[in-house]
Order: sequence, then C-alpha cells, then structure tokens
Amino acid sequence: MEQLAVLPANLTGHLQLTLVAMFLGVAISVPLGIIAARVGWLQQFVLGAAGIVQTIPSLALLAMMVPILAALNLQSIGYLPAIIGLTLYSTLPILRNTVIGITGIDPVYTEAARSVGMTPLQQLWRVELPLALPVIVGGVRTSTVWVVGMATLSTPVGATSLGNYIFSGLQLRNYTAVLVGCVVAALLAQLLDTLIRWFEQGVRTRKRVPVVVALLICGALYSWAGASLIPRLFESDTRPITIGCKTYTEQYILSEILSRQITARTGLETTVVSSLGSTVAFDALRAGDLDVYVDYSGTIWATIMGRDVTSQNRDEVLREVDRVLADAYDVQVVGPVGFENAYVLAMRRDDAATKNIRRISDLVRHAPRLVMGGDYEFFGRPEWTSLRDQYALEFESRRTMDGSLMYQALAQSEVDVISAYSTDGRISTFDLIMLEDDLSVIPPYDAIILVSDRLRIENPKVVEALAELVGTIDAAQMRDMNLAVNREGRTPAAVAADWLSVLPPLPPR
Amino acid sequence: MIKLEQLTKAYGDRNVVDQISLTVKRSELVVLLGTSGCGKTTTLKMINRLIEPTAGSVCLDGVDTSQIERYELRRKIGYVFQQVGLFPHMTITENVGVTLSLLGWSDTRIHKRVAEVLELVELDPEVMRNRYPTTLSGGEQQRVGFARALTAEPSLMLLDEPFGALDPITRDRLQVSFSRIKQQLSLTAIFVTHDFTEALVLADRIVVMREGCIVQIGTPRDLITKPIDGFVKQMVSTPIRQAKIVEALLASGGAV
Repeated sequence: MEQLAVLPANLTGHLQLTLVAMFLGVAISVPLGIIAARVGWLQQFVLGAAGIVQTIPSLALLAMMVPILAALNLQSIGYLPAIIGLTLYSTLPILRNTVIGITGIDPVYTEAARSVGMTPLQQLWRVELPLALPVIVGGVRTSTVWVVGMATLSTPVGATSLGNYIFSGLQLRNYTAVLVGCVVAALLAQLLDTLIRWFEQGVRTRKRVPVVVALLICGALYSWAGASLIPRLFESDTRPITIGCKTYTEQYILSEILSRQITARTGLETTVVSSLGSTVAFDALRAGDLDVYVDYSGTIWATIMGRDVTSQNRDEVLREVDRVLADAYDVQVVGPVGFENAYVLAMRRDDAATKNIRRISDLVRHAPRLVMGGDYEFFGRPEWTSLRDQYALEFESRRTMDGSLMYQALAQSEVDVISAYSTDGRISTFDLIMLEDDLSVIPPYDAIILVSDRLRIENPKVVEALAELVGTIDAAQMRDMNLAVNREGRTPAAVAADWLSVLPPLPPR
Repeated sequence: MIKLEQLTKAYGDRNVVDQISLTVKRSELVVLLGTSGCGKTTTLKMINRLIEPTAGSVCLDGVDTSQIERYELRRKIGYVFQQVGLFPHMTITENVGVTLSLLGWSDTRIHKRVAEVLELVELDPEVMRNRYPTTLSGGEQQRVGFARALTAEPSLMLLDEPFGALDPITRDRLQVSFSRIKQQLSLTAIFVTHDFTEALVLADRIVVMREGCIVQIGTPRDLITKPIDGFVKQMVSTPIRQAKIVEALLASGGAV
C-alpha cells in the first residue's frame, strides 16, 4: 500500500518522459527518414549515426547527458537530460522503418503516382506515406516499448519515473517496490503499444472508432502528463530546495534527514531527487541543479580531485577538500556529519577465521584462490588500483554487481571478498568481518554535507539549518539506521523522522 | 497532335533511343512495335517525361512539353501500363478519380464522372465503387487502369503493353473494348507492343523500331505487302505463318 502512495508521482513522471520523448522522436525521425529515403548519402549517415547512438548502453547515454548539459550551462539533472537521452534513443527504429517503408514501396506505385500527375509532395502524402504507414508505425511501436523501458533508467539522472521504485527497491531490499515498478512499466508499454496499433489499423481500414478512441486516450494521457509538466516549466525561479541522493540506503536516510531539517527550521519546501549516479550528483550540484547532498571526503579526494589515495590524515583530507571545492568548484562544504563510511574489504566471519585472515595483508596469499565482488564503481576507482598495487592483491577473478546484491552474494559464498561500506548494517546482519587496512591505503571517508554556491548566497538560512547537523551522527548510529531500513523493513522517511525527534534541542538563537 | 523531333535518350555512350522523329495526328492510333530493348518504352516515357530526353523535343498540341511543369503535362496525358499500378490503399472510385482530385474537382463531380468512365470500360459503378483493387481480377484491374487514364479526358493516351500480362481470352475481350472506346472517343494514342497481331488489330499506323531507331513506318497493309527489309519481313510473317499452321491443322481435322 505504501508503494501505491507514490504511484501517481512516479507514473506521471514516467508518462511525461515517455510521451514527450516519443513525440519528439516521431517529430524528428519521420521527416528526417522521409528526406533520408531520397538522399543516398544522407541515408547512410543518418542510419549510421542513429545506429551508433543505439549501441551506447542506455544508462551511459543518459548519464553522459549530465556533464554535457552542465558544460552548456543548461539544466543538468532531471527532465532535460532524460528527455534528450530518451529522444535520441527513440529515433533509430522510427528512422530506419521510415526509410525502409518508403524505399521499399514497389516502384510501380510511384510510377503510377507520377503518371497521373502528382507533384512530389502529393506523391508523398497520397501514396508513399499511406503505403509506408504500417512499417513506420511498426517502428514507432518498437521505439515506444524501448522508451517505456529505458525511462526507468532516468531515475539516476534525477528524473522521477517508475525507475524510482526499481532503484530504491533494490537498494532497500524492498522487492514489492521493484515488482510494482516493473509491472506498471510493462502495463504502460502494453497500453501505449495497443493504442498505436488501434490507431494504425483504424487508419488503414478507415474505421473511425478505433482511431477516435486511440486519439482520445492518447490525448488524455498527454493532458495528464502536460498538466503537471507545463506549470513546472514556468516556475523555475521558485523551485523547492533540491536535495540529492545517491543509490544506497544510507543516502536515502540522510536525504530525508536533510529535507526534514530544512523544512523544520526554515519552513521552505524541499524535494529529494533520489537514486542519482555518484558523479551525476556532484556535477548537478556544481551546475546549481542540486542545492545540497551528502558526499564523502575520500570520494571527492580521490575521484573529483584525483589525489593520491594512500595514507591520508582524516582532518587533513577534510580541510583540503573544503578548500579545493570552494576555490575550484564553487561548492561549499557545510561540515562533516560525524561518521565515516569507508570502502572496506569484508569476508564471512567463519571463512576469515578458518583462513586466519584479519588484515588485508593476511588476505594476499589466499587471494589467487578467491573471488572478489565489487559494486559498479569499485574496480574503476583509484582506491582499488591502490589496494591492488600496494598490497599486490591478485584475485582469481573479479565480479561487478549491484551494491545491494553484493552482501547476499558473499553470504551465499558466490564470492569470497567484497568491497563493503563500513556503515552498512548488512555487515552485522550477514555476520561479516571488515579487514583492517594495515597499510592505510584507503583514504578517510567522512560524510560531508555539500551545498551549491547558489544556495549559500540565496538561502543562508538553509545553510545554517544544515550546519546544525554537523557532527551529530556517529558510525554506530548510522549503522543502526541502515539496519532499521534493510533488516526491519522501515522506510527511510520514518527512520529519519525518528532520529530528528531525538536530536538534542538547539541552543536558543 | 503530337510531334517528336530528333528525340534521343543516351545512357552513357549508348543511345537507347536515337533521333526519333514522328508525328501522330489527332484521333490516330500509332503502335510502336519492336523486340525487347529496342527503345519503344523509353520513347513512350519521354513523351510524358517519366524519362527526360537527352536531346530532341516533343510538342503536344503545338506546345513544347519541356516548357510545362511535369505534373501538369501528365494530367493531360493518360498513361496505362502492363503492371496497372492501381493504388492498393484507395478504393476504385478514388483510383479512377485521382487525377480529377488533383485538378481540384469536388467529390460529387468526381463521383459522377467516375461512374461514367466505369460504364465506358464496361464495369458496374455500383458494384465497383467502394471496392479495393486487390479484390479485382486481372482483367478488371486493367479496365480500371484504363478508366483512371481516361477520366480527365486526356488529349493523348500512352499505352505500354497494357494487355501483356493478361490471358489470351481476357486480352481479346479487352482489345475489343479498347477498339470500341477508341472509336467512340476518337482517341489519339501511342501504343507500345511486341505483338504484331495486336498491332494489326489496333493500329492505324505501325512504327517498327530496332536498336533505338525507326526501321519502317506504315499502315499494317504497307508492312505486310512492302516490308522494307528482312527484319520487318520476319516480324510480319511470323504470326501469319502461325495462323496458317493453325488453319491447316483445322482443315486436316488434326486439331481439337
């Protein structure tokens, strides 16, 4: 039931993305296909380009839009990158089918069309398009089903969609949510596919009813989507305080805490953009499309600043991150939340005991017979490179998987070592031990609250409210909250509310 | 009246039609006769500019056709070809009335005219009106093809082996119908075929073509009695010889 409460928002968001992207896709691809069908070199070029776009993994295509739009000074997270990515993705099937539909017409009909005295435009409208219609519509249907599916991947670039169910559901181990997301997306794809089929059949057999019904339902869907989309386009100045949230449990809880704290202290409206990709959040904050989110000092240090990851002093890193972000990135560090959430290597307790492993150094000689599991980022991060090089770690094989599935995989002995997060409640749930980083290779990972320059200047009160959170959550408390969500199945919002209610009262202002 | 002067089409170095000159008088039916690849279809298509000539000119009723928009020219010329090319997504009425609708006629006028033309080609307008081409037999389709070419009262008809794909019985019926329509409407027409018998039946004059050039022009009788060379003689004598064989068989009681 809880899941159904957010259905209208997620479904509306999903519809907006799908319908707008399909509208643009058809509006671009059909005319382009018509032109390309006549111009040989253009046909090669256009189909080639669309084919290349298609081979880019869809999530990567969406994620790439964020830095590109940020560089162009445009809205870098939310609808714009999602719409552009989806529209690009929708083009190939429509384009290809338009070209095939038109070039595939029997030349007898085009010769007949010319011989009865049609102008090229009359020939297109009266003969070529009607004859190519079934093929073109086939392309639109393929494209629609793809776009409905791919729109779930808009969540990590900050657009609300049915993907919110799937991404947060996977992280919070709420499989009902995942299921709701998938089923609703599948139903939506079916519905749109059916409407297009009715429309095409109606046009082809000249029956009014299916055409009218399909158009009415489509019109209703567009008005529903437009009703909430259009007002938003005009209120960009008064948007709520926008809080970012990456795709794991802790981030869902922290973003709720930030949101509630801001509303409680300033009365301002807030909105949480959840399940963002890691660097997507930072890029969006820099571009001013996010106002605030929590990141980790070591991540900024290693990934954004590109510094050497080994043996760094915790306070030193904090000070340096603070300075560099303010100077070079126009991002303000409000302060550390109080806990560290480091990358740690974790193993099953019994397995580690048998092999007598407590430190990473102990792991080295067993590693060639062990399988290492990591989240999507880990093996690409400098921390891994430096672990591997400093300890001379060489595993039998490495497997990349979703962070939420990694723990399960370790518990079931699918892998032997994982890149865990030190505050993750599942470390105790699955009875894992964290290996000591005895060479101090992994940098400190203080959770820090980051705000955009724009927020600092326009809304100093919000920054003050956030400053009250500095130093308030220690590692044990964070781990407990994560557990409450992951093991007890409570919502991040409820856990956040509980925690804020026991926050010590503030000194009078 | 239609006048071709020095009409030439070259593909690369090769002239598929080489300096053809020909005048077709009002109400005259001229057959272009020749084997495959002799340039007869190319000549025909240069008249309504489905193919643009490389050199030479075509004058229709005193107007140089290269000076008119192609689509306007084609609305004045009826064109019938072997594959018929009825539009499969349009009803018979829409197919037959297509040129009229391009000319901006109202639907009621188009309906009335389509009914007249369908009757002319011996089809029942009531039965045919709302049917689609795929539901028609080959012979019916070609009748509709004729109707489509005739609706806008063209000053010239171009026919490219219109009966080529039909079985002999249907072909015979359509030839008879066509002869009657031609008389009734006093059509000016150029008719392409490789079938000398068909040419004999329909033509006022026959133009024999070979390798892009005109070999001989004359009435059917001229060709039979005064063939200009061995090629024409062979072309003319083949059907006559075949007819004689059939006659002999019938006389001896060997056939049927």
